[in-house]
Amino acid sequence: MKNLVVIGAGMATGRMLEHLLEADAGAYSITLFNAEPRGNYNRIMLSPVLSGEKSYEEIVTHDAAWYAAAGVTCRFGERVLSVDRDRKVVVGEQGEVPYDVLVLGTGSDPFIIPLPGHDLPGVVAYRDLDDTNAMIDACQPGNRAVIIGGGLLGLEAAAGLRLRGMGVTVLHIAGHLMERQLDENAGYLLQKDLEKRGIDVICGANTEAIEGEGRIERVRLKDGTVIDADIVVMAAGIRPSAKLAKDSGIDVGRAITVDAQMRTSDPSVFAVGECVEFDGQLFGLVAPLYDQAKVLAATLLGQEAAFVPKELSTKLKVTGCDLFSAGDFAEGEGREDIVFRDPGRGVYKRLVLEEGRLIGAVMYGDTADSGWFFGLIKDGTDVDEMRDTLIFGPAFQGGATADPLSAVAALPPEAEICGCNGVCKGQIVQAIEAGATDLGTVRATTKASASCGTCTGLVEQVLSVALGDGFSLPTAQPICGCTDLTHEDVRRLIKTKELKSQPAVWQELGWTTPNGCHVCRPAVNFYLLADWPLDYTDDPQSRFVNERNHANIQKDGTYSVMPRMWGGMTDAKELRAIADAADRYGAAVKVTGGQRIDLLGVKKEDLPLIWADLNAAGMVSGHAYTKGLRTVKTCVGSDWCRFGTQDSTGLGIKLEKRLWGSWTPHKVKLGVSGCPRNCAEATCKDVGIVCVDSGYQIGVGGAAGMDVKEVERLVDVRTEEEAIDWTVAFVQLYRENARYLDRPYKWLAKVGLDWVKETISDPAERQALVARFDISQSVYQTDPWAERATPEAARSFLPIADLTLEAAE
Amino acid sequence: MSWIDVGHIDDIPLRGARTVKTRGGCVALFRTGEAEVFATSGTCPHKGGPLAEGIVHGRKVTCPLHNWVFSLETGEAQGADEGRIATYPVRIEDGRLMLDTARLVRSAA
Ligand code: SRM
Ligand SMILES: Cc1cc2nc3c(=O)[nH]c(=O)nc-3n(C[C@H](O)[C@H](O)[C@H](O)COP(=O)(O)OP(=O)(O)OC[C@H]3O[C@@H](n4cnc5c(N)ncnc54)[C@H](O)[C@@H]3O)c2cc1C
Ligand code: SF4
Ligand code: FES
Repeated sequence: MKNLVVIGAGMATGRMLEHLLEADAGAYSITLFNAEPRGNYNRIMLSPVLSGEKSYEEIVTHDAAWYAAAGVTCRFGERVLSVDRDRKVVVGEQGEVPYDVLVLGTGSDPFIIPLPGHDLPGVVAYRDLDDTNAMIDACQPGNRAVIIGGGLLGLEAAAGLRLRGMGVTVLHIAGHLMERQLDENAGYLLQKDLEKRGIDVICGANTEAIEGEGRIERVRLKDGTVIDADIVVMAAGIRPSAKLAKDSGIDVGRAITVDAQMRTSDPSVFAVGECVEFDGQLFGLVAPLYDQAKVLAATLLGQEAAFVPKELSTKLKVTGCDLFSAGDFAEGEGREDIVFRDPGRGVYKRLVLEEGRLIGAVMYGDTADSGWFFGLIKDGTDVDEMRDTLIFGPAFQGGATADPLSAVAALPPEAEICGCNGVCKGQIVQAIEAGATDLGTVRATTKASASCGTCTGLVEQVLSVALGDGFSLPTAQPICGCTDLTHEDVRRLIKTKELKSQPAVWQELGWTTPNGCHVCRPAVNFYLLADWPLDYTDDPQSRFVNERNHANIQKDGTYSVMPRMWGGMTDAKELRAIADAADRYGAAVKVTGGQRIDLLGVKKEDLPLIWADLNAAGMVSGHAYTKGLRTVKTCVGSDWCRFGTQDSTGLGIKLEKRLWGSWTPHKVKLGVSGCPRNCAEATCKDVGIVCVDSGYQIGVGGAAGMDVKEVERLVDVRTEEEAIDWTVAFVQLYRENARYLDRPYKWLAKVGLDWVKETISDPAERQALVARFDISQSVYQTDPWAERATPEAARSFLPIADLTLEAAE
Repeated sequence: MSWIDVGHIDDIPLRGARTVKTRGGCVALFRTGEAEVFATSGTCPHKGGPLAEGIVHGRKVTCPLHNWVFSLETGEAQGADEGRIATYPVRIEDGRLMLDTARLVRSAA
């Protein structure tokens, strides 16, 4: 009888032995090594063991009796140290065993990120029963676990430890969880579900070090965040365990390379499982390993068989997190997405089609049809005929369409609809039940939408949901083709539903595209940063080029650069630096209509350099390219002018220093004139202040662009402090309520000056607006030029590569 | 075929773009997903707008100068506009971005 030696008693070799012994129990005399001190168990069921839903005994696949009956010589708890291929012997810790045929099934090793402190006691991987037991032992009341890695393994560990009562934080380096299996929309829903169970999730987390005296105590992130921990689980990926093969001279790429019969470069050595590489591919799920095991058993018995990789699907074994992903989302031309969202049920489905066939699917929240979709992917079925109804699954009977009103229908009764008057959805529904059938009656009985009016659309939708056909919605203009909601609806819902990320908006408000378009993305980005300055991070990729590159793009692709000139004041040093910069970067120089100097025709790659030069002379970005504060024009005022009543220049500078850097729905320009002769043209600005003997006249809603309009008087105040407070409060009210791309005069025409006056007149409300503005400024009042003038940041302004030389070869 | 490594996928922000300078002009690389990158000509056929500066949405880009929208998969202008940009194959290997320079030179010539 030939000697078969198998190294590794894992899931792949276990399945291979079953097939082999079933087909011909007498073909080989078998020796089985395993470094773990036990035989084969169902490794994928370690997660239920961790969470306490199963015991180890329940997941053992082959017990001592099985091996005895099969006549397998077991050398468990013994690691194989080397393979001597010349003598055809395997060298184990307890001695040698000769082989005729050798099978390597060494699996994978967990990847331990070599962070400072990674070797402290208390850091565990998640691969085998010992790791699982180490985690279970750490589960004391009040203890905390930090999981590094938000992939399949990390999340199963997190859920298991949480079920055992641990405080759990997941640190994930990518922008969303399970980024290799899920798109960011499904990743968002998953994170929300995990957070609901009390698991903290930090995406985009860069771990710097694991720290502690003698054993781990805390984890530190690069951004300075510190998280206390009694145990750290490293679930940052796996590496095929191929060292043994490599050391004995067998061909190894990223793993042990095998042919379709699972044969390595040595004809008497085979490999199976996660330790192999076939056709450039690695394997990390059991389905393909089982196929390999079958092929290998046949090969060992001299039968013909060939391994063919198939499509794979992923599910997460966390009870209540229903997700599914299969097939391919990456690379390739001619693909098309079908997206379905049901915000009320937290359902998201996305299908990817190519040439009339389904090639990928991601679903969250409702995976009932996943098997059917997976079948379509594997079989390459032609789905052209069902294209329109495909997403509704196999049970589709015709007629079901996504309900554009579902976002409003899903709101709980306590959701606030009208912010001005504090009216909740429940009160509106009550009014309707009491007989209201139109907007006017609802307004009269509840006051909903009776003030600034921006929630009118939502009130109408509540009417429509409650009355069905009894109420026909007036056709309001949606933001764009990605949604049926208007700007006002979206603004209101972002506040009511506390939506704090773009994927949250897309999902909860039922966007019909995967990630919006060039029309809605800049608007949504602004709404989120205006409402949640501390929670939301501005997304440069949702901004128009000028705001992303912090300069105005021009018709030939060059840029203009305009430093701030506070209140129109400058000095010789600044002018000299501007002149030098113009020379150095070949820029044209123009005095603008906004009392400052424009440097035109600067090349993109020179931007960080010219900014550094201007910064060095004390100048910062003039934001001549933003929907934000532009200029504050002033006149010379009481400092010089014989008619000046107040220090208009000084007030202008104070206002500019307070307001610069803030993002607004459209651009905001101010003017401050020292007397009613109005040399700063204050009366056609978004906010224009005219100084008089008795104080300051504040006008708002002027225009002098496509429309020309004189300001309307907001208020007259006595002191400079009051003038600043009123101005800041007005700008903040505009930031919180206006739709994107409405200048203040357009917004005022919708909400009415009276409402604005009334709101800001209330001293408490005024102070609250000012306080919210200042919170936002604590994040956004930074010079974008200085941030990007560092060598590292400057690199992103260069081409990623220059092939002009290489291509010549 | 001659595949050249032009950089790492993480050098391109999600839904962002970078350019590659070639003898035949500027090529734009668009990152539309965690692991999805498209390469096209970097220049808009309308009035030469720099496409890598556009807003990337789905598998499309909007030109920053006058808002023409192009499919990154087919290169076709969308909607009422008429025009096409060249598209090039990209391979992602362990996060590295590979461009076929033979194709670039040929189609640019
Ligand atoms: C540089 C400047 C012209 C100049 O040489 O003086 C200028 C240049 C541009 N203006 Fe202006 N505006 C300039 C003062 C004005 C003024 C006068 C003022 O501010 O006192 C107005 C009228 C007042 C107003 O804002 O209503 C003005 C009304 C506009 C408008 C119409 C806005 C509107 O709501 O009606 C636009 C278009 C827009 O913003 O959508 C515009 C847009 C533009 C853009 C950004 C066009 C674009 O999107 O590319 C121009 C950039 C040119 C470039 O290549 O850099 N510019 N623009 C002025 C810069 C002032 C500054 O120091 O920041
Ligand atoms: C917690 C967890 C959950 C999982 N969930 C899923 C899931 O839901 N779905 C799914 O498809 N996959 C899942 N997997 C992955 C799946 O378990 C693996 O793909 C599978 O176990 C790999 O099988 P294998 O035989 O290649 O390696 P393994 O099962 O790892 O077996 C390799 C064995 O070889 C031994 N060995 C290594 N080197 C030597 C040596 N030199 N001498 C002696 N012995 C050695 C090791 O001790 C080990 O016992 C999960 C994995 C884990 C850890
Ligand atoms: S008026 Fe303004 S937008 Fe028009 S050409 Fe002159 S600078 Fe450009
Ligand atoms: S140059 Fe691209 S749309 Fe005009």
